[in-house]
Amino acid sequence: MPWDRNQMAERAAQELEDGTYVNLGIGIPTLVSNYVGDKDITLQSENGMLGMGPFPFEGDEDPDLINAGKQTITELPRTAYFDSATSFGMIRGGKIAAAILGAMEVAENGDLANWMIPGKLVKGMGGAMDLVAGVQKVIVVMDHQNKAGESKVLKECTLPLTGTGVVDRIITNLGVLDVVEGGLKIVELADGVTEEQMRDATEATIV
Amino acid sequence: MKKIYGSAAEALDGLLFDGMFIAAGGFGLCGIPELLLQAIKDAGTKDLTFASNNAGVDDFGIGILLQSKQVKKMISSYVGENKEFMRQYLSGELELEFNPQGTLAERMRAGGAGIPGFYTKTGVGTQIAEGKEHKDFHGETYILETGMFADLSIVKAWKADETGNLVFRKAARNFNPPAATCGKVCVVEVEEIVPTGSLDPDHIHLPGVYVHRIIQGEHEKRIEQRTVRTREAAQ
Repeated sequence: MPWDRNQMAERAAQELEDGTYVNLGIGIPTLVSNYVGDKDITLQSENGMLGMGPFPFEGDEDPDLINAGKQTITELPRTAYFDSATSFGMIRGGKIAAAILGAMEVAENGDLANWMIPGKLVKGMGGAMDLVAGVQKVIVVMDHQNKAGESKVLKECTLPLTGTGVVDRIITNLGVLDVVEGGLKIVELADGVTEEQMRDATEATIV
Repeated sequence: MKKIYGSAAEALDGLLFDGMFIAAGGFGLCGIPELLLQAIKDAGTKDLTFASNNAGVDDFGIGILLQSKQVKKMISSYVGENKEFMRQYLSGELELEFNPQGTLAERMRAGGAGIPGFYTKTGVGTQIAEGKEHKDFHGETYILETGMFADLSIVKAWKADETGNLVFRKAARNFNPPAATCGKVCVVEVEEIVPTGSLDPDHIHLPGVYVHRIIQGEHEKRIEQRTVRTREAAQ
């Protein structure tokens, strides 16, 4: 059985090292915070906050306290607020240990496309280009194939890029792949997924 | 040194002109200068270029100026929440310059600090880098981005004293401090003006040197995505 969204998030949480500052993207990456367990992880929200807490209880929502997905959230005893230039200073400056992001396409050389479909989706890159350029480790979490059953793990991205050679590790519903010299290396297969199934579902070179 | 004005319209008097470039604070609908945006709409100033991380929603924030066709160009990192924006952009009525969010913030900060350009790794190898100077430092490639110099800054703070020292609240700080610094004139709207001397000098987020005009007003502070958890689930 391939992993579901929660299992992918749970697997991604294993990537986070105790005592680090981490940025989680929107979608499946947001679920990762449910699986950090006993690890001491401080979540960064790039609109200007370290120490992001859970959603507020109903009635406690504060319009001045949102995350980068514009959702109402809460603060923690460790929370610090700062302006956007400072926020991206710590991102660009390599102070954030890891970013877990969704993707539309990833290529075998670590190229990432997750912000634009020409003519269709014109929303903008937000902070994604700064994150992939600046954080120490970039982990992509996404479905292995699109709705048409085509591989999202490609030899070369077809969509406009978010960054070149930036992805370190890819976690999909089929397993875990690392970007290495010459292509991708299988690190782990989801329960019941065979290496053959992984290879069949992947357009990129698997070494 | 009179910085306090009676209304948003008074505070903007003499500052607005067609074709001007305005830097605005806020992230999504959080910490946006909603009263000043409304006053700009009422003034009818046209062909505006806005540097603002987002473009509001259809009926709030910069969205109200898009509805009235007062905006010529947006410089933003993410505009996904505004359908009217998308319509005007796809039909060619509106110019759009995407800046990565950190690059946009740094362009404002740099402009306010008198820095006309800086090199960044962000966007290297992407559409953003096209036509920009590339330069290697320590074996890595960077691109040249320019500091931003606006005709006017409009920002929202929580509190101001009478000399314009500002305090922001929680995540509503966001783009407000960098946006405040990069305009020739900065107009600030706050929830409360407090007597000079009542703010702790060690707790000022933006000193009054950057602030020229202040108004106090009632803010709607709309929430874009209300997400909650139930008390039962937490137990």
